[in-house]
Amino acid sequence: MNDMKDLKLTVASSPHIASPIDTRNLMRDVLIALVPALVFGVVFFGPRALVATIVSVIACEFFEWAYRKIMKKSTVNGDLSAAVTGVLLAFVCAPTLPYWMLVIGDFFAIVVVKQLFGGLGKNFLNPALAGRAFLMLCYPVAMTTWVVPGIGGDVWANIIGNTTTMSGADVVTGATPLSVDFMHSGVLPDVSIGEAFVGQVGGCIGEISALALLVGGLYLIARGVIRARIPVAYIATVAVLTFIFPLGGNDRLTWMAYQLFTGGLFLGAFFMATDYVTSPVTKKGEVIYGIGCGLLTVFIRYFGGYPEGVSYSILIMNCCVWLIDKAGKPNRYGVTKEMKAAEKAAKKAGKEG
Amino acid sequence: MKQSFYGGVHPHDRKELARHKEIVPLSAAPKEVVIAMAMHVGAPCKPIVSVGDQVKVGQKIGEIAGLGAPIHASVSGTVKAVEPRPYVGGGKCMSVVIENDFQDTWGSELTPHPDYTKLTTNEIVEIVKEAGITGMGGAGFPTHVKISSGLGKVDTLILNGAECEPYITADHRLMLEQGEKVIGGVRILMQAFGLKSAVIGVEANKEDAIEHLKALVGGKNDVTVESLRTRYPQGAEKQLIQRITGREVPPGGLPAHVGCAVFNVGTAAAVYDAVVEGKPLTHRIITVTGDAIQDPVNLRVPLGTSFQQLIEEAKGFKETPERVLTGGPMMGIAQYTLDVTCIKGTNAVLCLTKKEAAPVVAEETCLRCARCVNVCPMHLTPVYMHLYAEKGMWKDAEALNVMDCIECGSCNYICPARIHLVQSFRVTKAELRTLAAKEKAAKEAAKA
Repeated sequence: MNDMKDLKLTVASSPHIASPIDTRNLMRDVLIALVPALVFGVVFFGPRALVATIVSVIACEFFEWAYRKIMKKSTVNGDLSAAVTGVLLAFVCAPTLPYWMLVIGDFFAIVVVKQLFGGLGKNFLNPALAGRAFLMLCYPVAMTTWVVPGIGGDVWANIIGNTTTMSGADVVTGATPLSVDFMHSGVLPDVSIGEAFVGQVGGCIGEISALALLVGGLYLIARGVIRARIPVAYIATVAVLTFIFPLGGNDRLTWMAYQLFTGGLFLGAFFMATDYVTSPVTKKGEVIYGIGCGLLTVFIRYFGGYPEGVSYSILIMNCCVWLIDKAGKPNRYGVTKEMKAAEKAAKKAGKEG
Repeated sequence: MKQSFYGGVHPHDRKELARHKEIVPLSAAPKEVVIAMAMHVGAPCKPIVSVGDQVKVGQKIGEIAGLGAPIHASVSGTVKAVEPRPYVGGGKCMSVVIENDFQDTWGSELTPHPDYTKLTTNEIVEIVKEAGITGMGGAGFPTHVKISSGLGKVDTLILNGAECEPYITADHRLMLEQGEKVIGGVRILMQAFGLKSAVIGVEANKEDAIEHLKALVGGKNDVTVESLRTRYPQGAEKQLIQRITGREVPPGGLPAHVGCAVFNVGTAAAVYDAVVEGKPLTHRIITVTGDAIQDPVNLRVPLGTSFQQLIEEAKGFKETPERVLTGGPMMGIAQYTLDVTCIKGTNAVLCLTKKEAAPVVAEETCLRCARCVNVCPMHLTPVYMHLYAEKGMWKDAEALNVMDCIECGSCNYICPARIHLVQSFRVTKAELRTLAAKEKAAKEAAKA
């Protein structure tokens, strides 16, 4: 092909090459990273966990598509961001939550929280967590009815009904680590730390297995999808605070381990707090944000009306992101401390003079 | 203290296409050369020949008009036209068109100084000026101005052999094949600045060039060759200074402000040619490469040769090119025609296929993924700068130091939403410059 005439050359601004990673790639990686947590959810709560997740994903994608269709906007389902929201919302709900309630949560997350603010990248709250907060307000009982985790048809919740097991018996509801007794008065739950780490513990579908979430989180960090600063700052803050202030006369380390491995901390730290749209972009900002989430989580757990604080602490920190980014603005290149001091002195002199 | 710069990206360097190709002259001298009068930063030169004049190789045909460096004929022959012609920098530029008589009659006024150690600083500056040497890395700042403005301030002389742009191998081949010229050039520059040492920075992906230069320096130990991490934009002036000396050039400042002077290895070789051999800058090494090119080559070409001929030298296209660039893929300028001709700063003609070039797609919404913040070597926050730029809030963008942007393209490259960040910042910077000029004019009017 040596034809040099009639070339149709594209003229564009540099750079002329682009990284192969696009939005879709990133979202796909997040979905992949959530698979281990889903597997553990299905193992301990039965196929109902899988069905709930799928229902939630379909509902989210549908609401996203329908809203944009009705509002005559371009279709953006290809970017998979709604699917991520769907999975995450299902993960922070109780396994026996009726599907229709879950779908209402999806509606709130996608339409109200995300699309009404302008769609992907414009919402200031994490859609999945806002959806959960909404469900907690509307259906507090269903949201906090925990089944005892176990393996086998006689303990797994029925796929259709939500009060019977697959073998027909009533589901046994039990206390979770997220009880007021545990968080406020320091009564340790009756599972071992090992069980809590692996995930054989009551709770929401996706939050039970700290192990699976850690694997997923490390995968995201290794792939460069998320940066380690937020999760590390978050988990470290919780660890330090709970280590210093154990409740109920418990051993410090045991207390800290239970606080880290039960509840939604790992899910929140690796997958919720790192949500691109609602987290800071600056290095310093990310650390401040992580520490803030950690502080609020412990405060809510210790002193709040709720036994669990991860979702609300992240939602509160979401609202502060722009402020945090202003505080975390990187130092200007080439400006030394002396130059800064000189500038300050000059300003002062100017004001006085 | 040496420190690596923060950020940067690592695109696939694709240098394997041309890295083993020796520098060769054109197989057939160009029938005509179109020599643009704007080959450098500053004011374009004034043509001092007219149609019908006979010119010789190395004869001065463009005289300085303000900041600049003179321009010389690269072939001998007859001046056919003095008129605006398509220009690699965009649009058209006043050019001198010379019809080649294929005689290669030599006509330079420079005298060779084989023993440069006897030359004074002023003499070296004068030779460099008369030889029309500009920065050969792309930007094209007149070298004699760089030397004379840095005198007395510079304590560290740095040579840039990083060649961090993907695809380009011109400097790599130069260091391998004409390393003695590079080393000689450095020593001349050292003498001009009155310095006893210099550093050559080369990216680690050019191991053979590093070894070769080290061997050439030999026991003298006045020139150190440093291997740099392969990471774009390692060869950006400020990032290179930071890597070699640990100093950061202050906002709006020049390298001389932190006691540094940076020259491209090609510039050093040109200085050697001018001082020792008495040759003005009339030729340069250009890499013709890209997946659209049949047989990528490194060529030594007379300035003013058309891109068309350069591409023919590389046996033409093997695929339809999507973009033809002058320079590398990160900062190069896209051309709309192959009639443009090479200038002193043209280090590559890069022909990208549709597959390698950035896809032409609509911008998606920003995810705030912060990748741009994490790769910016200038510690900026492109995500917020772009938000302001989109709304025309230039002053707010300025508060985020948009003027510090070096337009390296790292943020743009990494953006998963394919947002045209660099373009947006170029517009913002231009608007801010206009605003500043207006404010200045208003102030002066108020005073008067």
